[in-house]
Amino acid sequence: MTDKKPETASPKMEERLYQNRYLVDEGNPHVTIHPQPGGDSPALQSLTQICPAGCYRTGETGRVEVVADGCMECGSCRILCQATGEIEWSYPRGGYGILFKFG
Amino acid sequence: MSDHFDAIVVGAGPSGNAAAYVMAKAGLNVLQIDRGEYPGSKNVQGAILYADALERIIPDFRDSAPLERHVIEQRFWMLSERSHTGAQYRSDDFNEEKPNRYTILRAQFDKWFSRQVRAAGAILITETTVKDLIKTESGKVIGVVTDRDGGKIHADIVVLAEGVNGMVGQRAGLRPEIKANHVALAVKETHFLPEETVRERFNLAGEDDGVVIEVLGSVSSGMVGTGFLYTNKESISIGVGCLLADFAETRIAPYALLDKFKSHPSVAPLLKGSEMKEYVAHLIPEGGYDAIPRLTGDGWLIVGDAGQFVNAVHREGSNLAMTSGRLAAETIIQLRAEGKQPTEENLKLYRDKLADSFVMKDLKKYRKVPHLLEKNRQFFNIYPAALNRAMQAMLRVDGTDKRSKEAEAMRDLKRARGGWWRVATDLFKFARAWR
Repeated sequence: MTDKKPETASPKMEERLYQNRYLVDEGNPHVTIHPQPGGDSPALQSLTQICPAGCYRTGETGRVEVVADGCMECGSCRILCQATGEIEWSYPRGGYGILFKFG
Repeated sequence: MSDHFDAIVVGAGPSGNAAAYVMAKAGLNVLQIDRGEYPGSKNVQGAILYADALERIIPDFRDSAPLERHVIEQRFWMLSERSHTGAQYRSDDFNEEKPNRYTILRAQFDKWFSRQVRAAGAILITETTVKDLIKTESGKVIGVVTDRDGGKIHADIVVLAEGVNGMVGQRAGLRPEIKANHVALAVKETHFLPEETVRERFNLAGEDDGVVIEVLGSVSSGMVGTGFLYTNKESISIGVGCLLADFAETRIAPYALLDKFKSHPSVAPLLKGSEMKEYVAHLIPEGGYDAIPRLTGDGWLIVGDAGQFVNAVHREGSNLAMTSGRLAAETIIQLRAEGKQPTEENLKLYRDKLADSFVMKDLKKYRKVPHLLEKNRQFFNIYPAALNRAMQAMLRVDGTDKRSKEAEAMRDLKRARGGWWRVATDLFKFARAWR
């Protein structure tokens, strides 16, 4: 159990999320991508731009990747990709994840 | 801990706390489960607290609740890229002994509310996620499965106060998945400033007076959405929210939208020199009446955001949440007193109570609005922009006569909307949806 600040590619996002408190459940990501053989759906691709925590990015292989450490648990990605089945989403284990100071 | 309760409440936000408080106060054996480190650590809101809904549950809440400022002035802004046209209502009447609306910080407010719930006798377990419901073969809900070892707990009834993105009800097949056009994705930052600076910038005499600003127009970059700016004691909550489906389509980054709002010439001076101390994102159920799921079944009922109880038109939610929680609790108490089981049939009482309250009446009144706005983006881009252009033309004195300016403003509106027939149709549609 570590009280860790997340790291993301965008320095601006990093700065933003740096203000938030997280308790990252190491080795237990609560969001995983199940890549579909036909390529990433437009919904999944959109997340590289619209995930409010910047958790999604396009990897070197051109496929969408997720690092959910900075996740604010809004559920947007879960709802947008429910039809394509590309995202497996659950809440972090009790106590882990984002901890809002002000909410 | 006993393994059977009169009621289990899933979630410790406003609706769950309201339900748990009222039931515990009536002597029921209530267990409340929240996945956060403390109640409120997972909860997000703008946030305005409407006193009436809470006062009906805890009449003397003002004595101890962490309230930021009471609202004495509301501003409405129609934003264009470099200007805003506004209306505002400010009244000293709101400086009453028992103010009507307050700004709050949800993490702190929920923590306080939860303390009242426990003082009333409910048992709270935190850092625990409810994974599923326990059902009998006939489909009756008789308890919950948590992520703790041996985490099955039984109860006569389960109150689902799990929020908009609550997954228990969905996993158990009690309510359908949320649609991307039924929720707004909102992002918000909390900006700190000295208390005196907040007062000076918003022209506030009283130490606890506050202002809220609701914003429509370029703030949503053509999407169905709004922005807001609320004054807290030593901070400002500023945010913007648009339909999730619109974000997915436009691929505009929510934080880019927020940054643009913050740097708008009408907003930037209000935030100048502030220190951002938190950035949050959350979904807001905005599908209205037609998005409300089935609310009751054998051994379960739904309250708060999980039931889509948000009046998006009037930016109300926590009061609908607390009221639905209270009505659910009163239903459960009444059924027990009458020796009735919490079956789907008997829980009709809850649906009746809701239908009889402002919750359903208001949602029903505006049931056509979400669909109208989704199909008519002109309310978010064309009209606010045209209004701002007209205002500027009329106010800028440049030797052109006023009649010519009026004529040009009308031509501009006609051009922007593509004809008078469309403007008239918009007015008619809007008036009809509002009625």
